[in-house]
Amino acid sequence: MFYREAGQFKTTYEADQAIFPIRQDRIGIGVILAIAFIVIPLFGNDFLINAVMIPFLIFSLAAIGLNLLTGYTGLLSLGTGAFMGVGAYACYKLTSAFPDVNILICILGGGFVAAAVGIVFGLPSLRIKGFYLAVATLAAQFFLDWCFIRVPWLVNYNASGAIEVPLRTLFGVPITGPTAAPATRYLLVLSLVVVMTWMASNLVHGRIGRMWMAVRDMDIAAELIGIRLLPTKLTAFAVSSFYCGVAGAMMVFLWYGGAEAEVFSINLSFTVLFMVIIGGLGSLIGSYFGAALIFILPIVLRLAPTTLGVSINAATIEHLTFMIVGALIILFLIVEPHGLARLWQIGKQKLRVWPFPY
Amino acid sequence: MRVKHLVLSAALAAAVGVPAMATSAPAQEGIYVPLFTYRTGPFAGSGIPIADGMRDYLNMLNERDGGINGVKLIIEECETGYDTKKGVECYEAVKGKNPVMVNPYSTGITLQVIPKAAVDKIPVLSMAYGLSASADGTVFPWIFNPPATYWDGASVFIKHAAQVEGGLDKLKGKKIGLVHLDAPYGKEPIPLLEALAKEYGFELKLYPVPAADMQNQSSLWLGVRRDRPDWIYLQGWGAMNPTAVKEAAKINFPMNRLVGVWWAGGDDDARPAGDGGKGYSTLDFHAVGTDFPVIQDILKHVVDKGMSQVASKDKVGENLYNRGVYNSMLIAEAIRNAQQITGKKVVNGEDTRRGLEALNITEARLKEMGAEGFAAPVKVSCTDHNGHHKVFVAEWDGKKWVKKSDWMEPMRDKVRPLIEAAAKDYAEKNTGWPKRTEACDKSS
Repeated sequence: MFYREAGQFKTTYEADQAIFPIRQDRIGIGVILAIAFIVIPLFGNDFLINAVMIPFLIFSLAAIGLNLLTGYTGLLSLGTGAFMGVGAYACYKLTSAFPDVNILICILGGGFVAAAVGIVFGLPSLRIKGFYLAVATLAAQFFLDWCFIRVPWLVNYNASGAIEVPLRTLFGVPITGPTAAPATRYLLVLSLVVVMTWMASNLVHGRIGRMWMAVRDMDIAAELIGIRLLPTKLTAFAVSSFYCGVAGAMMVFLWYGGAEAEVFSINLSFTVLFMVIIGGLGSLIGSYFGAALIFILPIVLRLAPTTLGVSINAATIEHLTFMIVGALIILFLIVEPHGLARLWQIGKQKLRVWPFPY
Repeated sequence: MRVKHLVLSAALAAAVGVPAMATSAPAQEGIYVPLFTYRTGPFAGSGIPIADGMRDYLNMLNERDGGINGVKLIIEECETGYDTKKGVECYEAVKGKNPVMVNPYSTGITLQVIPKAAVDKIPVLSMAYGLSASADGTVFPWIFNPPATYWDGASVFIKHAAQVEGGLDKLKGKKIGLVHLDAPYGKEPIPLLEALAKEYGFELKLYPVPAADMQNQSSLWLGVRRDRPDWIYLQGWGAMNPTAVKEAAKINFPMNRLVGVWWAGGDDDARPAGDGGKGYSTLDFHAVGTDFPVIQDILKHVVDKGMSQVASKDKVGENLYNRGVYNSMLIAEAIRNAQQITGKKVVNGEDTRRGLEALNITEARLKEMGAEGFAAPVKVSCTDHNGHHKVFVAEWDGKKWVKKSDWMEPMRDKVRPLIEAAAKDYAEKNTGWPKRTEACDKSS
């Protein structure tokens, strides 16, 4: 009833090809952004900001990164955790070598180093495909993981082998380290994630994104219409790793405030991959849905009993959470194998014709 | 179709809604003591007895004495699964509820929490784990790790080895292996062992066990068989320990030369090796068994009433269970001190920090607590947040741990300079590390 485009006429090609052609969508995005930028920092408590929103945004960014590679280009990767780690360690090395350089530049720098590493490990993708490529990226995961533990130079010869995040300021306001206010860190993460999502959206709607999708759908056909496979696949690896690297650097600097190599283990790769699959392959909004389902849902389940006043043992809650999340993942995949993004699309379509479906 | 979508969207809406309203727990009358525990995950084997012990002692105080000086303790467990991510989440969740202290029970989580402690005014009690350097109270006013650091532990191990060999000079030319978890926790003793290796002329061999391969150590022990070290120090945790002990028994490594740090001394660490595990030794700083009034009180007031989560009654008094009890004794004493110093009934984190700094459990106090002979006296001061207390070596006789050596003093003169240097280094690397502003209490 409220969600339909009747009466919204497009008079230019630009308007017709806009990412959000329907006015209600644009209003919706505006409202979401307003809530994210204004309401949450003003009214959210520390727990909501620190333990829910910041990690959610960071995971969303990592999922977008992997989605560009797996969802848009069709290259399966199990090295996400390692690429995130490269971003984090590179950022740490950069900021300890150049303490006066703005930490934002270091975070983005970490992303570029991750992109370079991603290109190196993406080289085999020209020859190997599908599951075999997954195994090749798995090798990247193990090798980089090994480096994080074994190369003391990466952690500045710290005895405990962990990254410790120093205090860094932006315009005189502390943004990393323990004294940084949660809201500041949240706003920084949010801005970076929003800008990078916008960039990703432009990328996938443009020439490069179309090349990626052509390669995904059929690489021989893509080659025949003049798309050079190697550069295409490598740009996918580079951009994807860049996103993952930035997410990793933000994870350590703006969320954890310190990390050990264990954080970037294969489990992280799987977590992000599940987010992408459940959220929807080849969908940016799906990355957010996936991150919400996999990361926020367990927190909600853990909190629900105490909020409702039921007392259950902490361990039992944990076991229940595992079971419920597992069941929900299966349920969602049975209901819609193409992920939550597809569900969202179906829902919107139904709303458009409601209440007179045809 | 419609219903299905309705359900799905309701689920999504709930997912977004609940975190916003959660965590604003009502402020109850009492002292809030959060316990970070892990009863799930790969480290649950070590985590469950400790969680039970910690919880039962505090519950016992509530049941027997009605809390501490009449103030009930509100005990809440937060499940971390030994996962740093969940640990940080737990920390954020309890932060707003005015906790008197946090016990992260994982070196990884401790490292995350250390910088936050001073900002949030919540002291961290990482009992004999965590960052060794945090024993320096001038740099880390909010972090406490009594009764001994890993470096103390490693130095006692070397002392013990020297005693058996017949003197520190006999260590020259010997090979000493360190089987350790490849994580910050496992790596902690390396700097001290390296320093001692240089000093006493023994060769240090490192055998790291990646967390993913905890239960798959056969190749590592092949290496051990090839190198034939004279002594092995085991710095492991969770499923890694029983595996290591079993593997050592399999290659016929002389078990009395395999010494675990105190965290490798669970009953379930030694038991699976069967008879082969006899002689396996571990460092320890409290007694095992139930022959103490305090443990009897726990049995009477908590376990027999069915308020405990222990799987069976005979688990009470196991080494790691008693470790948990010991940990809670420190918590309770710190709270008691804090009440005494401030004169307040309901204390907060800042008060408890002072209470921890004034921690001084004498023999007489131990007797009052019903723990005579259970542990050695503990004293913490303003500058020394650890105390570097004595530990002893216990041996597994096939059924239980038996005290084998006397209480041994760590090599304080070797450990303390390293700690001060490491603390300084930590503060230097973390630019903007705050200088200590908290005044020292006179009593400490």
